[in-house]
Amino acid sequence: MSKSILAVDDSTSMRQMVSFTLKSAGYQVEEAADGQQALDVARTRSFDLVLSDVNMPIMDGIELIRNLRTLPAYKFTPILMLTTEAGTAKKMEGKNAGATGWIVKPFNPDQLLNTVKRVLG
Amino acid sequence: MSIDLSQFKQTFLEESDEGLDVLESGLLALDSGTADDEVIHAVFRAAHSIKGGAGTFSLTEIAGFTHIMETLLDEMRDGRREISNEAINVLLTSVDVLRELMDSARDDVPPQMGRVNEVQAQLEGVLNSASASGSDDTLQIQNGADNSTADDELAGWLIKFHPHEHMLRTGNDTVRIFKELASLGDLENCADLSALPEFEHMDPELSYLSWTIQLKNNKQQGATDKAAIEEIFEWVEDDCELSIEPLRLSSTSNEAASQDDVPPAEQSTVAVQANEQEAVDNVTPIATKADAKPALKASAKKKKAAEGGSIRVGTDKIDSLINMVGELVITQSMLSQMGDDFSMKKIEALREGLAQLERNTRELQESVMRIRMLPISFSFQRFPRLVHDLSQKMNKKIELKMVGEQTELDKTVMEKIGDPLVHLVRNSLDHGIEDPQTRLAAGKNEVGTITLNAYHQGGFIMIEISDDGAGLPKDKLLQKAIEKGLVSEQENLPDEKIYDLIFHPGFSTADQVSDISGRGVGMDVVRKNIKELGGNVDVTTEEGRGTTFTIRLPLTLAILDGQLVKVGNETYIIPLVSIIESLEIETDNINTIAGTAEVYKMRDEYIPLVRLYDVFDVVPGTTRLQDCLLVVVEGDGGKAGILVDDLLSQQQVVIKSLETNYKRIQGVSGATILGDGTVALILDMSGLLTLAKEIEPAQSYG
Repeated sequence: MSKSILAVDDSTSMRQMVSFTLKSAGYQVEEAADGQQALDVARTRSFDLVLSDVNMPIMDGIELIRNLRTLPAYKFTPILMLTTEAGTAKKMEGKNAGATGWIVKPFNPDQLLNTVKRVLG
Repeated sequence: MSIDLSQFKQTFLEESDEGLDVLESGLLALDSGTADDEVIHAVFRAAHSIKGGAGTFSLTEIAGFTHIMETLLDEMRDGRREISNEAINVLLTSVDVLRELMDSARDDVPPQMGRVNEVQAQLEGVLNSASASGSDDTLQIQNGADNSTADDELAGWLIKFHPHEHMLRTGNDTVRIFKELASLGDLENCADLSALPEFEHMDPELSYLSWTIQLKNNKQQGATDKAAIEEIFEWVEDDCELSIEPLRLSSTSNEAASQDDVPPAEQSTVAVQANEQEAVDNVTPIATKADAKPALKASAKKKKAAEGGSIRVGTDKIDSLINMVGELVITQSMLSQMGDDFSMKKIEALREGLAQLERNTRELQESVMRIRMLPISFSFQRFPRLVHDLSQKMNKKIELKMVGEQTELDKTVMEKIGDPLVHLVRNSLDHGIEDPQTRLAAGKNEVGTITLNAYHQGGFIMIEISDDGAGLPKDKLLQKAIEKGLVSEQENLPDEKIYDLIFHPGFSTADQVSDISGRGVGMDVVRKNIKELGGNVDVTTEEGRGTTFTIRLPLTLAILDGQLVKVGNETYIIPLVSIIESLEIETDNINTIAGTAEVYKMRDEYIPLVRLYDVFDVVPGTTRLQDCLLVVVEGDGGKAGILVDDLLSQQQVVIKSLETNYKRIQGVSGATILGDGTVALILDMSGLLTLAKEIEPAQSYG
């Protein structure tokens, strides 16, 4: 079975791009528009990887990661932040919350796939 | 794999439009001091998303420009910078520039960089003005980027890797890291198990091992970059002890020191570059004209682009739609099953089934219509900015209140009502609200108020634009009308008719033509546009107290509830909303005025009679009044009784445009196709009454 990925971003175009790219590479992708939505989905099933934007309304990416890490099913699941180069402090905040790593925005589909492959093998 | 990114550009541009609206309204809220913390966060997020998306979709001008805005907003968000009026104005101008950039991107034309650079300089001026923010971002990137130290004699790298106990909990897997390393060259890995506790004390979720790894260059791949290795460990560098040293063929430790000397030197050059960059920023001319150019031109253009665009629909609406379709399918299959072996015994069940089908269809139709319904806030949201800019320009103090922003309205109606609304609001700003001195002298609050109010009434949406300004000068209006020969001096016009004169073509009371309004090309066009939508606009005013324009618009242009009426062999449809009542005629109540015009006494009022067969020149079934029915309608401020042969059913009809299929006809707003396939004309009450007036000029309407 192909690996499943949860893509979280409040920007529709980014989400579409991420989702489309990953799907064309054969991954299963579920989308969520903010942290809360993502958390709700995550509670119902497990994913092999979570890709999350940082700046989002309702629940931001950092808070999402912190919450996910408290769920038994997500203790070791790779969680990658989609972040801008400006967010050095955010990266650290994310790491402290339990993020596995990050992808620096802007990224192109190839970079995204390379990073995802790196994590999912 | 290559993926075509252009397919996401449209979505990006659309969501950026929304983002820009958030930016704009947020900035305006910040300016008026009514904002809480969430607003600045939302504003920052909007800029941030636009930047991120623009970068991803290769819109470099937008990304670069937004980056500066974002930096400025970030400082404001963190409280490192005061939210000054000046900064807000520059940011608002930047929003306009971004809109222009988006338009260029949409049309695939190169952007006009002149204005972009000018505003960018202003932004940078603000950014550099007070609290200096270190440009550590750039430094960070360049620092990490180029670290190539390819040494010919290098045999590989010696990596000592000791993860902290908790590393696994970040989702980083050591096996993954080793796999990646192995892809760079030949790997020899030696694990140190010494830290492993006794089995009963071991926590399986913790990492106790450390590794010494030799990564040797192999022939196929050549020498490995240190940077490539560092990249693999990038995510865990704070969760482990890590050393990466060059591996020599003979010994491993000797030259390690010299290798380490390189990075500091590089760092210093990077720092110099960064300083230079800052210096350049500082000498750019700081042009900070506080007066933000109005976004009117840009917004007009934007509207054009948006008209053919897509629509965002809430998932609840989609869900209910799918639900309906499901039921429709069930009903359909039930009916077709019944048709397979139909007998007269099943007639009752068939009737029921058909009734259900009708219910389903109607519900489905309503749901589909709901998709096109959008809250009027889409139309209102441009006004805070408009009022902000114009009131600054005119040195007036104006507060804008908006009520009923969630009132829903058909998208097509919304798109067409935008311009008339803008016109009316500008009018209120320019002519309605007085300048602060005049207001104070008149004993009013120096801050004028313009209120936009939207609400539903029957099948209509009502939009009121009211101001607490000077009101319309009745005498001046009348005088001007007499000057222009629109009314004679003897005529004794009621107040409403006098105020109504402002909708007359070429009528303007502004003493001076300003560049905002007052050329007299406006109000008649406003009324014309609104009438074309099947609506109307009226004005009420009180001198010294203010003016209110009330717009009445149908909720949708696609469907209407109609009363089918019969005249001779023709079927006409009268919109149900305009019908007050229908009654049988008592001939005693009919009076004839001035020989030809007939009026009907209904309770205490006299209403003019319109014989539909006269107006449309058809052969009636009967001309005997006692055999006719009278449909009392309201249109254009007056009542009238329409004579018809018979009332048929009431039903919802789908409006087909006559204009696109044939041509425009006065008194008829459209046509529809009835159940039996015949075409019926839908009557437009205002137009019909005007037409009837023309046929019988002597007839008077009260």
